[in-house]
Amino acid sequence: MIWLVFAFGIWALGWWVNTRLAALPRTRATGLAIPVIFGLTLIAIWEGVVRGLEISPVLLPAPSMIAARFAASTGILWEDFVQTVIKGALSGYVLGCGAAFLIAILVDRFDFLRRGLLPVGNFVAALPVIGMAPILVMWFGFDWQSKAAVVVVMVFFPMLVNTVQGLSDSSAMQRDLMRTYAAGYWATLLKLRLPAAMPFIFNGLKIASTLALIGAIVAEFFGSPIRGMGFRISTSVGQLALDLVWAEIVVAAVVGSAFYGLVALIERTVTFWHPSQRNQ
Amino acid sequence: MRQSVVPVLTVVCGIFLVWYVAAIWLNAPWAYDKATRTGDVLTTQTLIADTWSQEKPKLPAPHQVGAEIWETTVEKKITSKRSLIYHSWVTLSATLLGFGLGTGLGIALAVGIVYNRTMDMSVMPWVIASQTIPILAIAPMIIVVLNAVGISGLLPKAMISMYLSFFPVVVGMVKGLRSPDAMQLDQMRTWNASPSQMFWRLRLPSSMPYLFTSLKIAMAASLVGAIVGELPTGAVAGLGARLLAGSYYGQTIQIWSALIMAAVLAAALVALIGLAQRVTLKRMGMA
Repeated sequence: MIWLVFAFGIWALGWWVNTRLAALPRTRATGLAIPVIFGLTLIAIWEGVVRGLEISPVLLPAPSMIAARFAASTGILWEDFVQTVIKGALSGYVLGCGAAFLIAILVDRFDFLRRGLLPVGNFVAALPVIGMAPILVMWFGFDWQSKAAVVVVMVFFPMLVNTVQGLSDSSAMQRDLMRTYAAGYWATLLKLRLPAAMPFIFNGLKIASTLALIGAIVAEFFGSPIRGMGFRISTSVGQLALDLVWAEIVVAAVVGSAFYGLVALIERTVTFWHPSQRNQ
Repeated sequence: MRQSVVPVLTVVCGIFLVWYVAAIWLNAPWAYDKATRTGDVLTTQTLIADTWSQEKPKLPAPHQVGAEIWETTVEKKITSKRSLIYHSWVTLSATLLGFGLGTGLGIALAVGIVYNRTMDMSVMPWVIASQTIPILAIAPMIIVVLNAVGISGLLPKAMISMYLSFFPVVVGMVKGLRSPDAMQLDQMRTWNASPSQMFWRLRLPSSMPYLFTSLKIAMAASLVGAIVGELPTGAVAGLGARLLAGSYYGQTIQIWSALIMAAVLAAALVALIGLAQRVTLKRMGMA
């Protein structure tokens, strides 16, 4: 009962502080503090409710328990991280985005291909591509190669569609200007059209960054060596070791956010000229 | 529109061509293996014929998948456990329930975010952060835990669909509800409009184009959620279960037919929303 009162008190306190902070003028400090306070409040409420209602750790472990488990099994978590993120997701991400980028430039060169591939690409980008996972696991074996293949297939079409769209973003006036400079195809591509396409390319890279992690983890449900985040999650659920599952989720969340943040950071330095990056 | 028909058809034909050639290439080792065991000599013709008609090929040819789909949709009774229509219906019902819940939650959150400054500043960053978490990865846990609490069947799968589909709706609706410019808001104020009138007559109607665009993304995400949600339930029913069962028993044709079915389902659902979008926007005079 004490814990429930504690949870309710924390909730009221957090909400009150945030309301006060939100009434202040919007600065960098308040913009950062408010979501952090909100998140901490959520964790405190979670802890309070789990202890107050005595929820079994098999259903929902308390945050303190997850933290303890995290600290105790960093070795396993690191091994899974290397297997899934570095070997599976990252290599697939680089391969898939690189291939999509090159093919997008090729497609852009021929208008016929562009008009044919763009609708098909848009269609495929909306499909449940993750269903390819069992087939690719069958083709490439259980180790990280098949996970990288799933990631390649998942990130390819969003990246392709975005890049092709970006390459056609420069206006007729700008292209005419390049022509008056007697710039050839390659000079126009490198100096005008690729820079103009960067916001679209980074949009594709951001979408792909979240897809890559999902693809690598879900592909492991269809077969994997005895390490990897997806493998650990599915076997630990079977053993009812939910604290370990949550520790893996924490790793996945941190890695996912860091990956996305890194791409966004590079975007800000590369496309500093774009309107969406100003006033920040 | 018309000028893109020929290129699209060409690309689709190209895909089929690559598919057939890849089927020969991928299935040839097995065909050679079988031939050396029986002592046959394979000519090019018999090799191609064999690679396109194997029982468990590495890559089934399109006509094999087509035949399987025809057999499991038209020739089987809908109530049969082997009917793809039955499995599609299981997945579809979870998709639609999750989509409905997600859309409702998304719109409610968006209204809260637009009208409450505290909510805007505290919830919005977490809504964005929630999507960098690979939620599909915890799908098995959600299913198992909800099962342990006594909730089973449709709802756990729908929860995963809901989690995936609420995000595009929140982002789109927040943008849409904020899309009326200062001039329009001032105009409403000169008419002495109450806040609720402002919402129903100005903000909500002007958010419709944004809503429909988000709904399309949400629907596709919701289907993916339902399919992945079916993986850990032990392959009982649904397209995801067909995928899993197929991968356990090496039934590649079954996997591909489930995959094509899922693609058709996704395309049909998105097209349906597109239709609703066109009708609604036309009646509102926006398109």
